[in-house]
Amino acid sequence: MDLLSSEIVRVLAFLVGVIAFAALNAAYLVWLERKEAAHMQLRIGPKEVGPFGLLQPIVDGIKLMTKQLFIPKGCDPILFMIAPLMIMVPAIMSFVTIPFSETLVARNINIGLLMIFAFASINVLGLLLGGWGSANKYAIIAAARSVSQNVAYEIPMLITVIAVVMITGTLNLNEIVIQQGGMFWNWNIFNVFASPLMPVMFVIFFICSLAETNRAPFDMAEAESELIAGIYTEYPGMGFGVFFMGEYANILIGCALTVILFLGGWQCPFGVAPGVWWFLLKLYILVFTVIWIRWTYPRTTFYGLLNLSWKILIPISLINLILTAGMLKVF
Amino acid sequence: MSVLAQDPTHETFEINLGPQHPATHGVLRVILTMDGEYIYKAEPVLGYIHRMHEKMGESKTWLQFMPNTARMDYLHALAYNHGYVLTVERAAGIEVPERAEYLRVITVELNRIASHLLWFGAFVLDLGGFTPLLYAFDDREQILDILESVTGARLTFSYFRFGGVYNDIDENFIPATTAFIKRLRSRMPMYHNLVTKNIILMKRLIDVGPISKEMARLYGATGPVLRGSGVDYDIRKNEPYSVYPELDFDVPVYTEGDSMARYMVRMDEIDQCMRIIEQAMDKMPEGETKIKKAPKIVKPEKGDYYAAVEAARGTFACRVVSDGTNSPYRLKLRSPTYSNLSLYGEACRGMLLPDALALMGSLDLVIPEIDR
Repeated sequence: MDLLSSEIVRVLAFLVGVIAFAALNAAYLVWLERKEAAHMQLRIGPKEVGPFGLLQPIVDGIKLMTKQLFIPKGCDPILFMIAPLMIMVPAIMSFVTIPFSETLVARNINIGLLMIFAFASINVLGLLLGGWGSANKYAIIAAARSVSQNVAYEIPMLITVIAVVMITGTLNLNEIVIQQGGMFWNWNIFNVFASPLMPVMFVIFFICSLAETNRAPFDMAEAESELIAGIYTEYPGMGFGVFFMGEYANILIGCALTVILFLGGWQCPFGVAPGVWWFLLKLYILVFTVIWIRWTYPRTTFYGLLNLSWKILIPISLINLILTAGMLKVF
Repeated sequence: MSVLAQDPTHETFEINLGPQHPATHGVLRVILTMDGEYIYKAEPVLGYIHRMHEKMGESKTWLQFMPNTARMDYLHALAYNHGYVLTVERAAGIEVPERAEYLRVITVELNRIASHLLWFGAFVLDLGGFTPLLYAFDDREQILDILESVTGARLTFSYFRFGGVYNDIDENFIPATTAFIKRLRSRMPMYHNLVTKNIILMKRLIDVGPISKEMARLYGATGPVLRGSGVDYDIRKNEPYSVYPELDFDVPVYTEGDSMARYMVRMDEIDQCMRIIEQAMDKMPEGETKIKKAPKIVKPEKGDYYAAVEAARGTFACRVVSDGTNSPYRLKLRSPTYSNLSLYGEACRGMLLPDALALMGSLDLVIPEIDR
């Protein structure tokens, strides 16, 4: 009885906690994005609803939810409705293995990293089905783009992760963080003794996570000045809203993974008081950077994007993989 | 060009770019025959906002048509004012006081900067960069404030009259314009550092959308499109009008013919406009801004009259046939973007969709001017 109640309570608490964290962040990252963009563009941004416009996401949510969930003629209704969920659900599932601190992790499983990448692959299926189900030519072009984009960027991302895993020797995210304890030079990004290309790997991983989450300058699936709204063109009300929340949840996952793999997770840079606050601080600095990049750069072209992956990122990450393997063997 | 597009048995599909598409900046519709993301054929469809301006001219008096000119190219309205006013003044033989000529040049050039600034923002927006638009609008706003104080309008100016301008400038105009030029001079390096030298922008513009000298000439392209293809042709220099011969300015010409060349022509033109305005403000004499005996009703002699001006997008020309009554017998307007757009179908063949949209942005289309 005792064991049962504690286990059920734990599962329920983390279930609620993970979903609440993902949803709250998805909503408030929209606010952050609008506010940050506004200040970069000499504007004020949302300010009417609540102090500093803080209630704006809630009002936006109510607006989207009260809209009719219109399914255009010619659509495949099942695929059309499933697609947003296939973006949102894997993103929430990925939070299960993210260690916010040493103890604050919903499920500390040994193959956490593998699980996240398994779920991240479902993401592209959602984009594909959304584009196909919409029966819109712009959406189909966008879907075709996002599939080849995701395939192209998953390769350098995974090769980079393999190199990191070779150094850490574990797929358990919490253990990867524990190994980076102490001062900040123990973080993987500065771990040049394991592989001199470690800072480069961090950059590659970060670029790939931008591309994987369809963020500018790689927002080929949305590309509003070319494809109207890409795969979101036909989506009304909360269908669009869920897509949007899924996108922000994915950004959060990408940044969280970058923090865990390269920036020491919940470890303090100076070895004092490690904990969830350090994790969140690093996470939001990265999220801020992602938004900053979006409002600074124009969009790349599709072939530019693929060239970057196949001709630059994949060769570098392969060289790095061989170098890391050699260094591990020799030293 | 993709190999498959040359194979006649290969399947293509059509998409409608517009009339409501974010990249067409208006109600332009382009029917694209696509081979994957490659454009096999592009056919612009016009006429969605045709308002019969030329026909309207035949039923209105000479002066009543003035506001119509501002509603064609709403971004460089004063040049259209100028073109029409020049034609009618030539027809009716009206002399213009020198101060009015200088005022016309100053306001037209200010308007040209405003037009190029808006184009700059909108073009980078087409390429997916949102932020420069708002900086460009911030600068454009200053010009509109200055022009509002003189003309009373902010977009569709009708400032010119036959024989002069509507009213004189106030004492704030010269200091405000000087301050604005100083401000814009300090901001142009920022635009070049942050936008022109951006690696993604350079990759998207250099060698993309080439328009050869021959193609530009064949389709009658004018303005920055022609000058970006290496033809040194500017009505202000080639067929001088107003007081332009007395002012010292250069015509930027780039020979590459790609989107970057057209971009650089416009950015350099902003600098040249500032030079013109400064000189014109120095040289502007005191005096009348409108001839004293301005005719209440203009009735040009029977005949055929023509005048052309350099607008922000190219040559705007106006030809009127007068039968001696108080309205034109026939009014023909030549708008630059109509010719510039006509080369689009040939220029974008075989290009990828995003590059074709960059090319369309670099043509600087204003749809109400194409559909007059």
